[in-house]
Amino acid sequence: MEISTVVFWAILYIAILFFTAWWIERRSGRQQKNLVNNPYIYSLSLAVYCTAWTYFGSVGRASNTGMSFLAVYLGPTLMAPLWFFILRKMVLISKHQRITSIADFISSRFGKSTSLAAIVTLMCVAGIVPYISIQLKAIAFGVDILTDKKYPYFKSNAYFVWDATFWITAAMILFTVLFGTRKIDPNEKHNGLVAAVAFESLVKLVAFWGIGVFVVYGMFDGPGDLFERAAQQNDILQLFTQSVVKNTSVMSWNMLLLLSAFAFLLLPRQFYISVVENNDVQHVNTAMWLLPLYLLLINIFVFPIAIAGKMHFGADIASDSYVLSLPMAGQSHVISLVAFIGGFAAASGMIIVSSIALSIMISNHLIVPLMIQAKWLGMKPDRLGLLLNIRRWSIVSVMLMAYLYLKGVGSSYDLVSVGLISFTAAAQFAPATFIGMYWKGATKSGAIAGLLAGALIWAYCLPLTSMAEAGLFDASFIEHGAFGVHWLKPRALFGLEGMDPVSHAAWWSLLFNFSLFGAVSAFSQPSALTLMQADLFVNIHKYTSGADFDPVKRTARIDDLLHMVRRFLGEKRLLEVLNLYEAQNNKTLKDLKIAEADLINYLETHLAGAIGAASARLMTDSISKEETLTFEEVMLVMEQTQEALRYSRELELKSVALEQVSRSLQDANDQLKALDRLKANFIANVTHELRTPVTSIKSLSKIMLDYRDELSEEKMASYLAILVSESDRIGRLINQVLDIEKLNAEDNQPLSTEPVAIHELIEQLVLGMEPIFKEKNIQCSYQNDAISAQILGHRDRIMQVLVNLVSNATKFCNPEKGTIHIGVFQRDTQLNIQVVDNGRGIPDNAKDMIFGQFAQLNHPKLGKPDGTGLGLYITKQIIQQHNGKITVQDAKGGGAVFTVELPINI
Amino acid sequence: MNSTNLNEKKVMIVDDEPNIIIALEFLLQRAGFVVTKADSGIKALELLETEHPDLLILDVMMPGLTGFEVAARLRNQSRFEHLHIVFLTAKGTERDKAAGYATGADYYIVKPFDNDLLVSTVKEILTYG
Repeated sequence: MEISTVVFWAILYIAILFFTAWWIERRSGRQQKNLVNNPYIYSLSLAVYCTAWTYFGSVGRASNTGMSFLAVYLGPTLMAPLWFFILRKMVLISKHQRITSIADFISSRFGKSTSLAAIVTLMCVAGIVPYISIQLKAIAFGVDILTDKKYPYFKSNAYFVWDATFWITAAMILFTVLFGTRKIDPNEKHNGLVAAVAFESLVKLVAFWGIGVFVVYGMFDGPGDLFERAAQQNDILQLFTQSVVKNTSVMSWNMLLLLSAFAFLLLPRQFYISVVENNDVQHVNTAMWLLPLYLLLINIFVFPIAIAGKMHFGADIASDSYVLSLPMAGQSHVISLVAFIGGFAAASGMIIVSSIALSIMISNHLIVPLMIQAKWLGMKPDRLGLLLNIRRWSIVSVMLMAYLYLKGVGSSYDLVSVGLISFTAAAQFAPATFIGMYWKGATKSGAIAGLLAGALIWAYCLPLTSMAEAGLFDASFIEHGAFGVHWLKPRALFGLEGMDPVSHAAWWSLLFNFSLFGAVSAFSQPSALTLMQADLFVNIHKYTSGADFDPVKRTARIDDLLHMVRRFLGEKRLLEVLNLYEAQNNKTLKDLKIAEADLINYLETHLAGAIGAASARLMTDSISKEETLTFEEVMLVMEQTQEALRYSRELELKSVALEQVSRSLQDANDQLKALDRLKANFIANVTHELRTPVTSIKSLSKIMLDYRDELSEEKMASYLAILVSESDRIGRLINQVLDIEKLNAEDNQPLSTEPVAIHELIEQLVLGMEPIFKEKNIQCSYQNDAISAQILGHRDRIMQVLVNLVSNATKFCNPEKGTIHIGVFQRDTQLNIQVVDNGRGIPDNAKDMIFGQFAQLNHPKLGKPDGTGLGLYITKQIIQQHNGKITVQDAKGGGAVFTVELPINI
Repeated sequence: MNSTNLNEKKVMIVDDEPNIIIALEFLLQRAGFVVTKADSGIKALELLETEHPDLLILDVMMPGLTGFEVAARLRNQSRFEHLHIVFLTAKGTERDKAAGYATGADYYIVKPFDNDLLVSTVKEILTYG
């Protein structure tokens, strides 16, 4: 067959593929029914799992080891019922968090860790590049066979333009870039891509059946004929009579089941198609039975083709090539081309999806975080275009690496082996992914420890060893162990021998991975963000049903936030997203200055769709203020607190002192308030006391003025007497108010004092009041037991006290036969002065009250006494100024005893 | 103004200031009213059992019962339904006045008062009710 024929059909096929993708996307662009939003398309697209390895390799493996090729299909089939729980949960979480890749998923679970995302990405690159390389190899291999080795796929001395494989690689780069990075918006689903992948799955199934039918019915007379003739050859008979276990150990068989079950969900392309591009979580339910059915259908003709090939070619050609070589040998150009296109479909599907998935990871988890850290991203105005360019160059890099790997190493390996190396790499994500979805206690440290251990063992035992075997570097460590250490032999680690290399590496890497993941998680503390994400992952149903819950309270200036998001999403998409937010939350963002945590988180998830969760977190963190502390930060604060403890005693004393100050300030304030109230009361009372005599004076004087002709001389005289006494009353009141003001003013100043002989004062007083006593018929007695006693005080004030007390006594003593007794005696350093009357006494409930302002006791018969009600108040104030006190008791036989105690000055 | 009717009207003065009672007694008797006097709220309530004045001139700040308390007790009894009450007090703030009217007083006069105004007020109240 001419090369031009092959290239023509290959290009035609790719054109059909493009048209499919373009048509689907144009439809969704026009808001027509989305054909990809369909469980059958979803299930078919999942069959991207079946690569050239399936297409060519299964036959190869079946012809060498019989039924063992089925393990990698049985694994996912056995796992499929569990998808109901696991895959659906992964889809729900990823939709909620806008997850873009397996690395994003793991990083999100463990606090959006940038380092974890980078580790997973690097592992994916290391694990998948060889896998891509064997797909390239398969295509080159196909061209080689169809053109009768005119264009050998493997020429170790020819590189790049002189090498057919390079042109195949270049073509695949072009297809992938066109498929994967046409979209301006990286957030939207690639419906066209999914449709193309599903179409490819259909093509490879139909093609494989075409070959099968051609071989079984065209080259043989049906299956009966085929198996009958095969049974006559002993070596072939063995393939299907011997049990699986004979050809592969039980351990290997089980390990393959496990690896493929894990890989089906964890390989970057599988995760991308089954989770990221999932349109509806319900589609998983259909895939649970449809995908196993597909795997069964595509494998039905593997065994017939294998035995047919073996009978036809014997040991002449590589069994991997039977799928192509048999139609060629059958002289059918059409079937040969169909076989080639089928293989091309299987390989290109894998290449396109894998390199898109890898490019997203490389861009989001390696390059963007580096750019953010280097503050490089901020300078570019068009970040959207930049992102797409990063992805394009990532695709180019991945493919070129795959090409170089193929040229350097890959040619020496069969398809199945390289595929299984990739499976083992992907399986390393199982602990972090699956356990992380169900165990909240899993920590970032645990995930990193497990992943690094698994990756190290995997890399040492599989790719490094195979590179050494390919002659890239010294292979002596394979025989003798690294550094000559016996138990480090990569095919017999820790002395474990007798297993095939893949099972051996899978066993140790997964053992260490799972153990370290669990152990380190158990002994490490998660950060606040990890705890939050853990809760989200484990209890995703809680979050998808209700409002988002985020214990981390972040705030950011809304201008900064929108500015940043706009650069990644573009203006149009940002507006859509904001409108949606406003509609969902019933809020308006128009006049908002500060964005709260919910808006930041909302935009962060949309941003995550463009640049991955970890990078989105970095970006939003860079502009927001966060209040939640991580565990480490809390520990740091604790340490500082401990340091601060030695100051605490001092602080405690200070705070006690401060408390005292504040208490006394409080007291002073209360006193001031009380004084203020007193003052207001005082003024009210004084005005009232003034109004009363003024009323009498005004009314009576007016009467005298108006009716002087009617009034008798006597009445006139009595009215005039009232005017005089009421005027006196006003005068007294004014004097006493002035007294009080003077006392208050002196409160803050030291009293000007002199030695005062009380005896002299009392004698003077008694003498002066003699006329009043006589007029009122009062007997006054005076006895002094401390004649020489002197006190230090203000002479006039002390006199005022004595006058007040004695004149009160004259007012309140018995009106018919009044007696007043004045007694003075010394007790310790106190001089006691007593004034005793024989009146009605003071009721107990009034004994305190009488020393207040305007407190007057009415005489039941005589009515109101002629006083102002300020006398005793002033008396008490003066005595307090002299550091003394005044009390009142009942006298024996009625009456009141006023006792003044004053300190004696010796 | 019907002066013949007014001559039969009785006014009771309640105040603890004797000099004010003297002035009020003169003014009201001269205007033709029959005057009774009480120097405290308690005494006024006692007297009201026997005397039946048409109008009460009531001081507020008195020892024992205040004028407000006296008025409140009277307003609780239906037999004093037609008794007019005029407060005559030194408490002159708006709040005091409001409290006074709240007890059901007819009028509120602040001390010191105008003789003619007081008499005409009493006449007016007794004439028009």
